[in-house]
Amino acid sequence: METGDNIWEVFIQKKPGIAFKHAGSVHGYDKKMAVQNARDAYCRRGEGRELWVVPSASIVSVPMEDADAYFDPQEDKIYRHPTFYQIPAEVKNI
Amino acid sequence: MEKHEAAFNALIEQDLKIEPHDWMPDEYRKHLVRQVSQHAHSEVIGMQPEGNWLLRAPSLRSKQVLLAKIQDEGGHGLYLYSVAETLNVSREELITQLHEGKARYSSVFNYPTLNWADIGAIGWLVDGAAIVNQVSLQKTSYGPYSRAMVRICMEESFHQRQGFEIMIHMARGTKEQREMAQDAVNRFWFPALMMFGPHDTDSAHTGNAMKWKIKRESNDYLRQKFIDKTVPQVEFLGLTVPDPNCRLNETTGSYEHSPLDWNEFHDVINGYGPCNTDRLDHHRNVQQENRWVREAAAAYAQKTETVNSSL
Ligand SMILES: [Fe+2]
Ligand SMILES: [Fe+2]
Repeated sequence: METGDNIWEVFIQKKPGIAFKHAGSVHGYDKKMAVQNARDAYCRRGEGRELWVVPSASIVSVPMEDADAYFDPQEDKIYRHPTFYQIPAEVKNI
Repeated sequence: MEKHEAAFNALIEQDLKIEPHDWMPDEYRKHLVRQVSQHAHSEVIGMQPEGNWLLRAPSLRSKQVLLAKIQDEGGHGLYLYSVAETLNVSREELITQLHEGKARYSSVFNYPTLNWADIGAIGWLVDGAAIVNQVSLQKTSYGPYSRAMVRICMEESFHQRQGFEIMIHMARGTKEQREMAQDAVNRFWFPALMMFGPHDTDSAHTGNAMKWKIKRESNDYLRQKFIDKTVPQVEFLGLTVPDPNCRLNETTGSYEHSPLDWNEFHDVINGYGPCNTDRLDHHRNVQQENRWVREAAAAYAQKTETVNSSL
C-alpha cells in the first residue's frame, strides 16, 4: 500500500439507543479523511446519525486456531442459566 | 488440515458463510480474488462511459441523478476492493494488475456512449443485467462479498429505474429521440446479454464456483432471467430488440434468442473493443495526475495526526 494510505473500519449508529454496527471499511490518510470518506461512502441515504472509524490494524481478534477453546459453550456451567434454580410455584413475578 | 477442510465443507454444506479468518482452500481464495477483482474494476471503469455525458446532461435534474448514480458506482468499487482486502490482496495491487492489463473488467464498458439515450440504456440494461447477477450473489458463500452485495443491491434499485425513465422520455419524444432510443438498444442489447459470461458449457470456472457456492446460479440461467424480464419492457417502450429470433416460446414461457457472437466478446475482452485503450489510459492518467494529492495527504497526516479520538 502507498505510504500513509490506511484502512479504517467503519461503525454506524442508526438511531440513538441502538448499538454501533460494522458497516465496512474505507481508505484514508488521517482520521479526518477517514471520517469524511466513511460519511460519503456509507451514509448517503439516512443510514446513520453517528459513526466511528477505527484503524483496521488496531482491531484485535482471537486467532482461529484458538477459537474452539475461546468460544466453548461451557455447557457444564448450567448454574449460569435461570432455569438452574428451583423456585416454588406459588412465588410469582420472579 | 483435515479438520479445517471438514469445517469449511460443513459451513458450505449448511449454507453458512465463510469469514476472512476461516480456513479455505487455495483455489477458493483464488477464485474469489479473481471474481471480486473483475467485479470491482467493472464498477470503477463503468463510471467512464457515464461520466462522458455528465457535462452534457439535458437538464439539471438529469445531471443530479447521473452524478448520484456515478457516485454510487464509485462506492461499489470501494466495497468490492474492501472484500479483496479481507483476503489480503491490497487495492493498490489490484489496480496495478488492471493498469498492466492483467486484470479484467466487464467488456460492456468498452463500448462508447454516443447519444443521451445510451445513458438510459446503460442504467436500464447494463445495470439491469448487473442487478440480476448481484441479487444472486447476495447468497454467495463468502461473508464479506455477500454483505457487499446486499449493500450494492440496495443502492442499485434506483439505477435501473432512472435509466428506464430516460428511455421513456426518449421513446415518447420526437422522431429523432425515438431513433436514438432504438439505436441505443441496438448497440447495448447483445453486450448486456454477454455480461453474464460464457455459456455454461464453455465456462472455465463455473464448476468449483458452484460447488463452493461462490456463484449460486449459472450464467445461462441468469441471462435467461434477464431476457425474460426485459423483453416486455422493450415492448412497453415501443422499441424492438435487435434480434429477429427473439420470440416467446409458449411452452417454456421464456424468450428464445439468436446465438451470441462470442468472437466479438473475446475480441473486446482481449483489448480490441472500441474503447479499451481510452478506458485504461484514462484510469492510469488520473492515477498519475493525482499522485501529488496523495503525497500531500501523507505528508499532512504525518505532521498533524495525533492519537486522541477527536478530529
Ligand atoms: Fe454498481
Ligand atoms: Fe449501478
